[in-house]
Amino acid sequence: MAGLTEQRARDYWRRNLLLMLKLLTIWFIVSFGFGIILVDTLNQIQIGGYKLGFWFAQQGSVYVFVVLIFYYAKKMDALDREFDVHEDQD
Amino acid sequence: MDLKTLTYLVVGATFLLYIIIAIKSRAGSVKAFYIADGGIHPVANGMATAADWMSAASFISMAGLIAFMGYGGSVFLMGWTGGFVILALLLAPYLRKYGKFTVPAFIGDRFYSSTARTVAVVCLIICSVTYVIGQMKGVGVAFSRFLEVDYSTGLYVGMSIVFVYAVLGGMKGITYTQIAQYCVLITAYTIPAIFISLNLTGNPFPQLGLGSTLTGSDTYLLDKLDLIVSDLGFDQYTTGVRLSGLNMFAYTLSLMIGTAGLPHVIIRFFTVPKVHDARTSAGWALVFIAILYTTAPAVAGMARLNFIQTLEPEPGQHLVYEERPQWFKNWEKTGLLAFEDKNGDGRIQYSADKSANEMVKVDQDIMVLANPEIAQLPNWVIALVAAGGLAAALSTAAGLLLTIASAISHDLLKGIIAPGISDKQELLAGRLAMVLAILGAGYLGLNPPDFAAGTVALAFGLAASSIFPALMMGIFSKRINKEGAIAGMIAGIGITLFYVFQHKGIMFIAETAYLGDMPANWFLGIEPNAFGAVGALVNFAVAFAVSAVTAPPPQRIRDLVEHVRVPAEASTTPS
Repeated sequence: MAGLTEQRARDYWRRNLLLMLKLLTIWFIVSFGFGIILVDTLNQIQIGGYKLGFWFAQQGSVYVFVVLIFYYAKKMDALDREFDVHEDQD
Repeated sequence: MDLKTLTYLVVGATFLLYIIIAIKSRAGSVKAFYIADGGIHPVANGMATAADWMSAASFISMAGLIAFMGYGGSVFLMGWTGGFVILALLLAPYLRKYGKFTVPAFIGDRFYSSTARTVAVVCLIICSVTYVIGQMKGVGVAFSRFLEVDYSTGLYVGMSIVFVYAVLGGMKGITYTQIAQYCVLITAYTIPAIFISLNLTGNPFPQLGLGSTLTGSDTYLLDKLDLIVSDLGFDQYTTGVRLSGLNMFAYTLSLMIGTAGLPHVIIRFFTVPKVHDARTSAGWALVFIAILYTTAPAVAGMARLNFIQTLEPEPGQHLVYEERPQWFKNWEKTGLLAFEDKNGDGRIQYSADKSANEMVKVDQDIMVLANPEIAQLPNWVIALVAAGGLAAALSTAAGLLLTIASAISHDLLKGIIAPGISDKQELLAGRLAMVLAILGAGYLGLNPPDFAAGTVALAFGLAASSIFPALMMGIFSKRINKEGAIAGMIAGIGITLFYVFQHKGIMFIAETAYLGDMPANWFLGIEPNAFGAVGALVNFAVAFAVSAVTAPPPQRIRDLVEHVRVPAEASTTPS
C-alpha cells in the first residue's frame, strides 16, 4: 500500500462505510419502510390521484434510488480526492 | 401496407442494424471478447446494462403481472430497481478495481482456492442457464405471435442473430448491439404508453397520468380503478397485498440482492475504464431502467381499466360477445384470451368469482401485447412493439450467454484445467464456448423443461443466496476464509433449492413436492420465489461460523482486500 498509511486507509474505509450506511438507510426507508411496512399509514395521505404509500411503492422509491447512486458517486469522488486515492493522478 | 409486411420490415431493419454493428465491432483479443477492452463510456454502459438487464419478462410480462396484482406487484418494481443501489454501493466499484474478466475469478482469488472458483462457476451456470431458458422462450414466443412463424423457426432465427454478434464480437459486439436494442425497446414501450395516457387522462407522461383525473371527469383514475375492481370482487387495486407484508418484504429483498448478484449484470461493470465510472454507470443504468419501470405501473393500471371498461362499459351493462372489438378476436386466436358463455346470455361477464367468470383465460401478457391495438394506434406502433419484445429478449440472452461462455473458457479452462494456453487459444476457446452455450440454450428453448415458466424468478433466489453473499463478504470482511466462503455458498444455494423443490417438486416435477405447494407449509408464509433472502442469510451465517473456527486468510489476501477498497493507490507525494 504505497503512500497510504494504515491509519489513513482505515479512516478512508470508515468514511466510505458511514456514507453507505446513511444511504442504505434511506434506501431501506423509501422502499421497505414507506412502500411496505408503513404503506397503510401513508395511504391516508393522497397526492393527486396517488395514495402516498402506493406512490412510493410504484414510483417514488425508484426515483430515490437513482438519486442515491449519483449522490454516492459524487461524494466518493470528493472522498477519493481528500485521501489522494483518486484515479488519473499524474 | 398490411400489418404483417410492416412488422417484417421493422423487425428486419432492426436485425440488419444488429448485424452491421456486429461486423463493425469484432473482438480481436481476449480482453475485447470478455470485457470489451474495458473502454466503454459509463453512459453507454448504463444503456447496455439496461438492455442486458431488462428481459422479455420485463418488457412483455411485468406490466401484466402488476395489472392483475395491483399494489402487490410493487415487489417487482422495487426489487428489480433497488438492487442497483446495492450493486453500485457494495459491489461494482470494488470488483471493477480488481479488474478481472469474470465473477468466479474474483471469488477464486479472494478465497485463494480453485474449489471456491469452481463452486462459483457452478452457481453461476445454474443461475444463468435457468434465466436463459426464459429468454429463448421469449424469442420464440415473440416471433410466433408477431410474425406468425412457428415457435421453432422463430427460435432458430433468434439464435442465428445472437450467434453472429456474440461469437464474432464477444462482449464488444454485445455491448454495442445492446445499446441499439435499448433504443428500440424503450421507444417501443413508451410510445403506446404515452398515447394511452393521453387518451385516458390527457397527460402525456404516463407516470403523471396514473395519478391524474380521467378526461372529462374529476374522478381520479386510480379511484375509479379501485372502485370497479372491487365491484367485480377483486382486491382493491392500490392496496391489495401479495400474500402478506412479510412475504412482500422477503420477495422484494430477494429480488434486490438477486439483481446485485446476477453475474451477467455484474460483468457489465468490468467494461468501463475506471472505478469512478463503475459508480456513475450504475446510476445511468438505473436511469435507463427507470424510464421503463416507472412507465410499467402506468401501463398496468391503465390497461386494466381499459380492459374492464371494454367488457363492462357501465356497471351491469355487459358487452355482447358478437360485438367484441377486433383486438379481442385477434388475441382470442392466440389462446391468450378465452371466453365461455356460462349463463348463455351472449354477453361477457367478467368477475373475480370463478364460477360466474366467463373470461376463462386472460393471459397477463395481453396487457402489453394488445396495448397498441386497444388504444387504436397505427400499425407501425404494433410492429415496433414486436421489434421491442425481440430486442429485450435477445439483449438479455446475449449477455447471459457471454457470462456462461466466459465462465467455461476463462474460469474452468484457462483458470483450472489448462492454465498454459495462449491468449489466442483462449479467444478461440471463448468463441467455441459461446457456440456451445448458444446451441445448449437453443436446445433448452426448443424442449423447454416443464419448469421453464417458474425459473426466471428462481434465478434471482439462487443468485441472491450464493453469489451475492460471497462477493460482499469478500470485499467487506478480511476474516472470511476459503472454508467459510465455500461452505456458505453451498449452504445458501442448497437451502434455497431445497425449499423450492420441497414445495414445487424436485426439478419442478409437481408430484415430487413432498410438502405440497401450499401456503400452510410455507416457512413463515414466504413463497418459494421469495426464499432467496433467507438463503442469503443462511449463507452469511454459515460463512461467519465456519470462518470463526478455521484459520484466518493469509496476509496477502488481507492486502488484496485493502487493494480493492481504494480506487487507486495514493500518489507518492504526500498531500
